[in-house]
Amino acid sequence: MSGVLKNIHRPTLIACGFIVAILAAGTVYTLVTQGSATFIEPTYLLQQIKIAAFLGIVAAGMMVVVLLGQIDLSVPWTLAASAMIATAVGGPWAIPIGLGIGLAVGIANGLGVAFLRVPSMIFTLGVNAVLRGLMVMLTGGFAPQSSATKPMIWLATGQPLGIANSVVVWALLSVALVFMLTRTPIGRYIYATGNREAATYLSGINTRFVLVFGFVVCSLCASFAGLLIAGYTSKAFQAMGDVYLLPAIAAVVVGGTNILGGQGRYSGTVVGTILIVLLQSVLSVMQMPEAGRQIIYGLVIIAMLLVYGRNNTVRG
Amino acid sequence: MKDLRLRLSQSTGLLLALGLFVVLYTIYSSLHPKGWTVDVFVQNSNESFALIMVSMAQTVPVLTGGIDLSVGPMMTLVNCLASNLVSGSPFEIVTGILVCLAAGALAGFVNGCIVVYGRIQPIIVTLATGAVFLGISLFLRPTPGGKIDDNLSWVTTNAMAEMDTTYGWFPDGAPGWFAHGIGRLPVPILLLIAIAVFVWLPFKNTVTGRGCYAIGSAEGAAYMSGLNIARSKLAAYTVGGLFAAFGGLYLAIQTGSGNADIPQSGGYTLQSIAAVVIGGTSLFGGSGGAIGSLIGALVLRSISFCFRVFDTDGPMGFLANPLLQPIFEGVILLLAVSIGAARVFRVKNRLSLFT
Amino acid sequence: MTDTMKPLIALSGVSKRYGGVRALSNVDFACGHGSIHAVLGENGAGKSTLIKIISGVVQPDEGRITLENRDVTFPTPQAANAAGVVCIFQELSLMPELSVSDNISITAPPRRLGLIDRRAQRRRAEELLARVGCEDINPLMLVKHLPLSRRQMVEIAKALGRSPKLLILDEATSALTAADVERVYGILHGLRAGGLSMLYISHRMHEIEELADTCSVFRNGQHIDTFPKGARSDEQIVQMMIGRELHNVYPPKPVRNAPPPVALEARGIGWEGRLSDISFRIGQGEVVGLGGLDGQGQRELLLALFGVLRGVAGEVAVNGQKTHITSPAQAKRAAGVGIALIPEDRKTEGLMLPMGVGDNISMAALPSMTRHFVVDRDIEDKKIAEMVAKLKIKFGKLSDPVATLSGGNQQKVVIAKWLLTGARVILLNDPTRGIDVGTKQEIYQLLRDLADAGTAILFYSTDYDELIGCCDRVLILYGGRIARELTGPDITEANIIASSLNLSFPASSGAHA
Repeated sequence: MSGVLKNIHRPTLIACGFIVAILAAGTVYTLVTQGSATFIEPTYLLQQIKIAAFLGIVAAGMMVVVLLGQIDLSVPWTLAASAMIATAVGGPWAIPIGLGIGLAVGIANGLGVAFLRVPSMIFTLGVNAVLRGLMVMLTGGFAPQSSATKPMIWLATGQPLGIANSVVVWALLSVALVFMLTRTPIGRYIYATGNREAATYLSGINTRFVLVFGFVVCSLCASFAGLLIAGYTSKAFQAMGDVYLLPAIAAVVVGGTNILGGQGRYSGTVVGTILIVLLQSVLSVMQMPEAGRQIIYGLVIIAMLLVYGRNNTVRG
Repeated sequence: MKDLRLRLSQSTGLLLALGLFVVLYTIYSSLHPKGWTVDVFVQNSNESFALIMVSMAQTVPVLTGGIDLSVGPMMTLVNCLASNLVSGSPFEIVTGILVCLAAGALAGFVNGCIVVYGRIQPIIVTLATGAVFLGISLFLRPTPGGKIDDNLSWVTTNAMAEMDTTYGWFPDGAPGWFAHGIGRLPVPILLLIAIAVFVWLPFKNTVTGRGCYAIGSAEGAAYMSGLNIARSKLAAYTVGGLFAAFGGLYLAIQTGSGNADIPQSGGYTLQSIAAVVIGGTSLFGGSGGAIGSLIGALVLRSISFCFRVFDTDGPMGFLANPLLQPIFEGVILLLAVSIGAARVFRVKNRLSLFT
Repeated sequence: MTDTMKPLIALSGVSKRYGGVRALSNVDFACGHGSIHAVLGENGAGKSTLIKIISGVVQPDEGRITLENRDVTFPTPQAANAAGVVCIFQELSLMPELSVSDNISITAPPRRLGLIDRRAQRRRAEELLARVGCEDINPLMLVKHLPLSRRQMVEIAKALGRSPKLLILDEATSALTAADVERVYGILHGLRAGGLSMLYISHRMHEIEELADTCSVFRNGQHIDTFPKGARSDEQIVQMMIGRELHNVYPPKPVRNAPPPVALEARGIGWEGRLSDISFRIGQGEVVGLGGLDGQGQRELLLALFGVLRGVAGEVAVNGQKTHITSPAQAKRAAGVGIALIPEDRKTEGLMLPMGVGDNISMAALPSMTRHFVVDRDIEDKKIAEMVAKLKIKFGKLSDPVATLSGGNQQKVVIAKWLLTGARVILLNDPTRGIDVGTKQEIYQLLRDLADAGTAILFYSTDYDELIGCCDRVLILYGGRIARELTGPDITEANIIASSLNLSFPASSGAHA
């Protein structure tokens, strides 16, 4: 038994434990106050997974960048810009153009980090500001009037398979990402570059390409999430991406990916995403005021990381 | 002479930022109809103070090779606290100010403790504590409001001369050296100088403060050299918290109220990182300093000042369009950080790109 | 204990375990006053654990330490420093972004009103630098702007500034130029005369002969023997260190009648004034050495051939085909043959330390194991297993982080990574630095086997002995140029030393022990 457990990613296991704890605490609360066990009803859980899909897609992309030892702070406005432009364009080209924006942003981020060697934290921050500026310029700072196209709405809310398409999309994307990270050379290179770029470069690997690739994956995920969210709410709006940045980073880190890069498993990110979404949901059902939610949210992240065991600082 | 050249070559980042600031502010003041007057100085320094403090707060953890994403939330926390405490009798006001500063330092100390003893990456610790600090701010001030002593607000956001008129320092009329000298200086600038000289410079010149540079430069080497790593890191985050507290306190004094404004808090955090980088501090730690970040923050502020003064009818009129300001801010930030990229194309040994 | 003097520091019954590995077991060890005490042993013999315990970096599980007959414990390096135990570690303990004077007085600077007195600190740095004969270093310079050999001198000045009773030098001369080494010997002899005790760890036998008056040998975490210098022959010492008979230190060199076909040809290589007009050829199956004093352009030459440097003048032809290589990725595919580089620092340039042994080995050759964009795990596992067997790499599981391996095995992983690419030209940058004797032997044999199979090898070493033992020809660099090419019987210590100093005649043998 312990042998089996050892093969499972330890942070994933701990995060699962936390999920159970959160559900248990919530259930106790609802049993006492309402006499029902809302949190363990399948409909509730399915609904949460549907919501988690958006964050999950953003976090999936973020994880690739974090594995590279970088970070992408341009996610909020990549997401928003894709959704806003896509809805503005409308018609059959809405989705390709939305994704095209993600591709362009990813290439810009990647070039800045890989070729200009600007720290990603600051470069993507600048790109985020530029994107925001562009959107303000184009819309005059108001919410765009256009609405999501039919395919976008279908992708986000349709249920031809009995479960929401957004969940199916998340699952397919996850499979593709796991395959890429574990079975293809580029996946290995991502881990290697995140661990030690100099050694990877001297192994005859084009680390610049690997970096650009990682940022493109992240931005594509963000813009895809933007299209889905726009489809879900049937329109795009200013600052729609702001609420996804920190939870996405939190989901990646809570899932056990090393923020310094090179180490982490995708399963952790999925579990981390679900944990964050459930935590937010349970706190809002408990009618916790915003203040309390913020505090508990922060404390849970710290507590989890403390439980993971402390990563030994490098010495000597 | 040789030493001077050596020192200058070791602070090119700072000098570049200073040059950029002088150019931008000269443009601004020349175009401003009331440029180069005390009123404009006072107004500009009021608008810059909080960002400068938050940027200085960000600098210290960055020097150790860490980062503090909670500088904005700490500022907001102290801002809300101040709106509850800094009013009433002089004794209450002074106590309130001290409690505010202590609260900021404590928040920073908590960050430091989790980073040092919990051994978790600073970026993620401060991301989480930032949420906690914002939560506490919301508890303290669920809706904007609160009260700050009016006299205090008035004198700290004006020229020194108002000290005299408000508190009656010179009942027989101000002497010439005051009226035409110190009296014309904006109080926020004097406060800034005082904080830099009495907080930052002494800290930098202690073994603990220099330890922050040493840790950022090579933590393993610093440990082997017998430095107290834990103490320096704790001090870095605590001093960061203290600087953020100055910023929050001033924001409260300036606006006369408290506001748990989450977007504003995030904006300050992000701008502080930009200011640190523009000011010549390496995000990898080990080199730079809070004075550079002070100038970096001034550069950022000068950029937005400039947008106000372009003549809407002139050839640069399109620049005055407020809708364009965000995009220019972004572009200028990108350009500023890309200046360093020139180095990349001069590098003869590609391996040195990866360090 | 042959030492009749009262010991300065003594360890009795000291043991240390890391997990299941016994790093030191029940060690009794003493170091006398005013002596230079050499500690010898293979990697993993327990030398570094011994040093770490004495200098407070790690704590022993059991046993006691006495300093000047008083029981002491050093919970931290500070505590050891305070008691007068100062260590110069193999990995430099300088902060690159800080100035020389800041570094020298990092823990206990002169103070005024509680704050660092920069002027006094600078004077102090000047004095200490003068003591190690480095008056030319401006104390205001940042350490990162100093060359490696100067940094090591700053390191020594810093250690002296802590007024040590016991100075520990862990491979402290590995990066020094020959002139500096002589100077350091002078300083150390002077310090010994002044009553300071030193523990000296080095892999270079001739340094030990020159410096030490007492030697201790460690093996497998145990203290084997301590004896005065000269009491044992080199063969006996080596025997004690590895505990087995060594027949052939170096594999035999083949005899050649005709020059082999050229694999790598360089014409007029120049770079940034650090390399100028370097031309040479390496034939298939040849091992060509690169020698000379440290920092004469050897490292740069290897990096230039591998496409790491920008703005390199001259031409490179691989298998007669002119190539223009601007990145390691291109070098890997050069002229359909492939060039490999075993870099200088395996920890930062050769390995992804937290990644598995297997992942590291297959890293450079992944494209050859890929079918339809997917890594074929069967092929990968097979190829990794071949390399592990060929190089006798020892590890627990293939997925274990490569960081958990010993230095020698780590170096083997780096070599395996490149062998898998099938490169026919291999550049090596001091591959045996900091590696135990046994692994060194295996690497020498491996290089010869590769050469016999037609690989061209360019081998930079800081150890004369290796150049003599391994190489068919040796190029000696001086000031970024080839000062001399030595062939066959001309490869002698005297010739190497003479040409390293750019002397045109062979110095009388025995000038340098």
